[in-house]
Amino acid sequence: MTYQEVSSFSQSWGLVFLVTMFVIAVVYALWPSNKEKFDDAAKSLLDED
Amino acid sequence: MKFKHAIFEKNSIILLVGILLMVSVGGLVEIVPLFYLENTIEKVDGMRPYTPLELAGRNIYIREGCYNCHSQMIRSTRDEVERYGHYSLAAESMYDHPFLWGSKRNGPDLARVGNKYSDEWHREHMIKPSSVVPETIMPGYPFLAESDLQFSQIDKDIKVNQMIGVPYTDDQVLNAVADLKAQLDEDSDDYDAFIERYPSAQVRDFDGNPSEITELDALIAYLQMLGTLVDFSIYNENENNR
Amino acid sequence: MTFQNDPPVVSRLTQSLTASCLALGIIFAILIAAKTSSGAMQFHAFIIIAAFLAGIIAIFNLGGRINDDNAKASPSGVYYNNTIVKYGVIASAFWGIAGFLVGDILAWQLAFPVLNFDLPWTNFGRLRPLHTSAVIFAFGGNVLIATSFYVVQRTCKARLAGEIAPWFIFWGYQLFIVLAATGYLLGVTQSKEYAEPEWYVDLWLTIVWVTYLFVFLGTLWRRREPHIYVANWFYLAFIVTVAMLHLVNNATVPISFVEPKSYTIFAGVQDALTQWWYAHNAVGFFLTAGFLAIMYYFVPKRAERPIYSYRLSIVHFWSLIFLYIWAGPHHLHYTALPDWAQTLGMTFSVMLWMPSWGGMINGLMTLSGAWDKLRTDPVLKMLVVSVAFYGMSTFEGPLMSIKAVNGLSHYTDWTVGHVHSGALGWVAYVSFGALYCLTPWLWDRKGLYSLKLVNMHFWISTVGILLYICAMWVSGIMQGLMWRAYTELGFLEYSFVETVAAMQPYYIIRAVGGLLFIAGSLVMIYNLWRTILGHSANEATPENIDNAIAAQALGE
Repeated sequence: MTYQEVSSFSQSWGLVFLVTMFVIAVVYALWPSNKEKFDDAAKSLLDED
Repeated sequence: MKFKHAIFEKNSIILLVGILLMVSVGGLVEIVPLFYLENTIEKVDGMRPYTPLELAGRNIYIREGCYNCHSQMIRSTRDEVERYGHYSLAAESMYDHPFLWGSKRNGPDLARVGNKYSDEWHREHMIKPSSVVPETIMPGYPFLAESDLQFSQIDKDIKVNQMIGVPYTDDQVLNAVADLKAQLDEDSDDYDAFIERYPSAQVRDFDGNPSEITELDALIAYLQMLGTLVDFSIYNENENNR
Repeated sequence: MTFQNDPPVVSRLTQSLTASCLALGIIFAILIAAKTSSGAMQFHAFIIIAAFLAGIIAIFNLGGRINDDNAKASPSGVYYNNTIVKYGVIASAFWGIAGFLVGDILAWQLAFPVLNFDLPWTNFGRLRPLHTSAVIFAFGGNVLIATSFYVVQRTCKARLAGEIAPWFIFWGYQLFIVLAATGYLLGVTQSKEYAEPEWYVDLWLTIVWVTYLFVFLGTLWRRREPHIYVANWFYLAFIVTVAMLHLVNNATVPISFVEPKSYTIFAGVQDALTQWWYAHNAVGFFLTAGFLAIMYYFVPKRAERPIYSYRLSIVHFWSLIFLYIWAGPHHLHYTALPDWAQTLGMTFSVMLWMPSWGGMINGLMTLSGAWDKLRTDPVLKMLVVSVAFYGMSTFEGPLMSIKAVNGLSHYTDWTVGHVHSGALGWVAYVSFGALYCLTPWLWDRKGLYSLKLVNMHFWISTVGILLYICAMWVSGIMQGLMWRAYTELGFLEYSFVETVAAMQPYYIIRAVGGLLFIAGSLVMIYNLWRTILGHSANEATPENIDNAIAAQALGE
C-alpha cells in the first residue's frame, strides 16, 4: 500500500462518502413528515414530571 | 424512505450502530495506514532496543510522571532544531511502548539530552535541581538515590516487549538480570557478553555509588542514551521524505 | 415496551448472582494480594476486597430501601429512580472540589517549586494526573452519570433499567476513581495522558462501563415516548465512543497477572496517534458530547421553552460526532507523524468549528424571546454563559489546530489556557447549572436556598476563569515567542530556563484565579447543602435579584 494509492482513493471515494453521509443527515432532519415528531419531542421535554 | 427513517430514529439499536459507524471512520482512516504505509518509519542506522537498565530507568521516568513536563519530540522548526538538535524521527521511538513524546514543556525537551551533561550534573540535578539551575521550577527527586532498584523481574519486562514486537533475542530475555548488573560495572565478567548484546551501550556506574544499584542509576542510564542511537552522519533526509 | 406501574422490586436471583460475582472478585483479589511483589497492587487488592464485601452486604439490604424511596410515583405515574441521581449529585460536588483543589496546588507548585516538598507522592509529576483524572473522570464523569440517569428517565417517562445495576455503576465508578487516584500517588501509571490507570483498573472500568451502556439502553427500551429525545443521542454517543476509545488506547500486555506494570501493544508514532485520537475524543465525547446532552435537556427545561431548532440539533449531532473523531493529529503538528495525517487532522479540526457553533447557536437561541430570564435567574445565566464559553473554546480550538498557529502554541501554556476555558467555562459551568437545577427537583424543595449566592458563585468564578485564561494567553504566547526569538547575530536569544523564569508572575495570577474558582464552588456547596436541608434564605422574589443586579451594574 503506497501513499499515492491511499490518497487518490480517499480524495475520490472518500469525498463521495462524506458528502453522502452529510446529505442523509440533512435530509432526515428536514424531511417534512418528521417535523411533527420533532416538535412533539421538543415540547414533551417541558412536561411536568 | 420514510419508513426507514422511522426505524432509524425509534430503534435505539440502529441509533447505536449508526453512531458506531460514524465514529469508526476517522480513526480507521488515520491510524490503520500508519501500520501499513512503508514510509511511516524512516530507514536509519543505529537503533537498538533498550538495555534492561535503560528500560528500568524509563519505567521510573514514567512512574514519576516526567513526561508531564518534558517532551521527547523535537519538531522540525528552525528554532527547535537549533536549540535541541536534529528533529526527532519516527524511527527513534519505534521501540517505545508506550511513546513518551509529551505535550507540554514546563521543562526543556529531552529527546537528545543523552551525553549533553555529565553523570555528576544529573546526580546533583536530580537531588536538588536548583543547585545546578538556580531559576528551575523542577521538583527534587532525592529519594531516587536512596531507593534500591527493583529488577529481579526485569526479564519479564523484556519478554513482554519481545512479545509485542521489539526485536529482543531470546538470549537478551534470558540474560536480562545479568545484563542490568553488567551495565553498571566495566570490570564485570559479563561485560563482553553484554556489549555484544547491546553494541553501543554506555557502561559505568551512573549514580556515583558503586556499592548499590539505585533507581538513580537506572534513570541516569536512560537519560544518557536518549537520542544518541541514530547515526545522523549517514542519514539521508531526502530518501525518507514523507 | 415495558410499562412500569408498580413500585419496583429487586429479584432474589439478581441479588444472588451479583453477590456471587463480587465474592468471586474477592477470591481473585486475595490471590493477587498474596502473590504480587508490588505494594501498590497489594494495597489496591485490599481496597477491592473491602469494597466488594461492602457491596455484598448492600445488595442484601437493598430491597426494602428501594421500595421506601419510591413509594411516590411521578405525575405521569412512573416510579423514577431518584435516589441514584441524588448520590450522583453529592459525588459530583465532592469530586469537583477535590479535583479543583489539586489543580490549584499544582498551579502554586509551578510558581513556587518548593511546594513539591521533594517527596515521591507530592511531586508535580504524580499529582498532575491526579488533577486531570479527578476533574475529568471523577467530577465530569459523576455529573454525566447522574444527569444521564435523570434525563433518560424523564425523557423516556420510564424508570431506570435494573435495580442493582445502577448502584453497581455508581459505586463501581467511585471504586475506579479511588484505584486510579491512589495508583498515581503510589507511582502506578501507564503514562498515556488521561488514560493513566494501569491494566487492572482499566479492566474494572470496562466492566462498569458496559453495565452503564446496558442500563442506558435498557431504559431507552422501556420508554413510553415514541421518539428518543436528542439529549439521549448525545449521551449514547458519549457512552459508546468512550468505550471504543478506552478499549483501543488501553490495549496493553501486563508483565504478569499479579503485577501492575504493562506495556502498550502500539509503539512510537502509532502509539502517539492512537493516544491523541483517544485524548482528543475524550474531549470530544466525554467533555463535549456528554455535556451537550446536559445542555439539550437543562437549558430548555430551565428556560421553560423548547430547544430553538430540533432539526439543527440532529444535524449538529451527526456532523459533530463524525468530524470530531478525525481531529486527534492536530496534537502532533511538526512531529514525526507523517504530514498527510497532520493535514487531515488540521482540516477536520477547522471543519469542526461549524457543528460546534451550530450547537452553540441552538443553545443560546433557545432563550430568544425570554432573554429577560437571564436577569432574574442566575442559574440560567450560568448555563447560558457556559454555552458562550463553549462557543469561545470551539473557536479557539480550530484556530490552534492550524499548523502555523500550533507551531507557536504547542508545548506552551496557551494550550493549558485553552483547555481551561473549555473545562472551567463550559464543562464546569454547565455542570454547576445542572446541579443547581437538580438539587431542588430531587429533594423536592420549592427552590434553591439562595439565588443571591448563585449569583455570587457566578461572579467569583467568572473572575477566576478570566484571570486564569488571560494569564495563560500571555504566558503561552510569550513563551512561544521567546523560544523562537533570535538575536541580531542570528543566535537564539533566550536559554530555556530564562523562558521559565519569565513565567512566574503569570503562574501566580493563574493560581489566584484558580483559588477564586474554588471559592465560588465552595459557595455552591454551601448553597446546595442548605437546599437539601430544606432551608430558604427568604429572598426568593426575582425582583430582589433584579434590583441587586441593577445595583451592581450601577456600581453601588
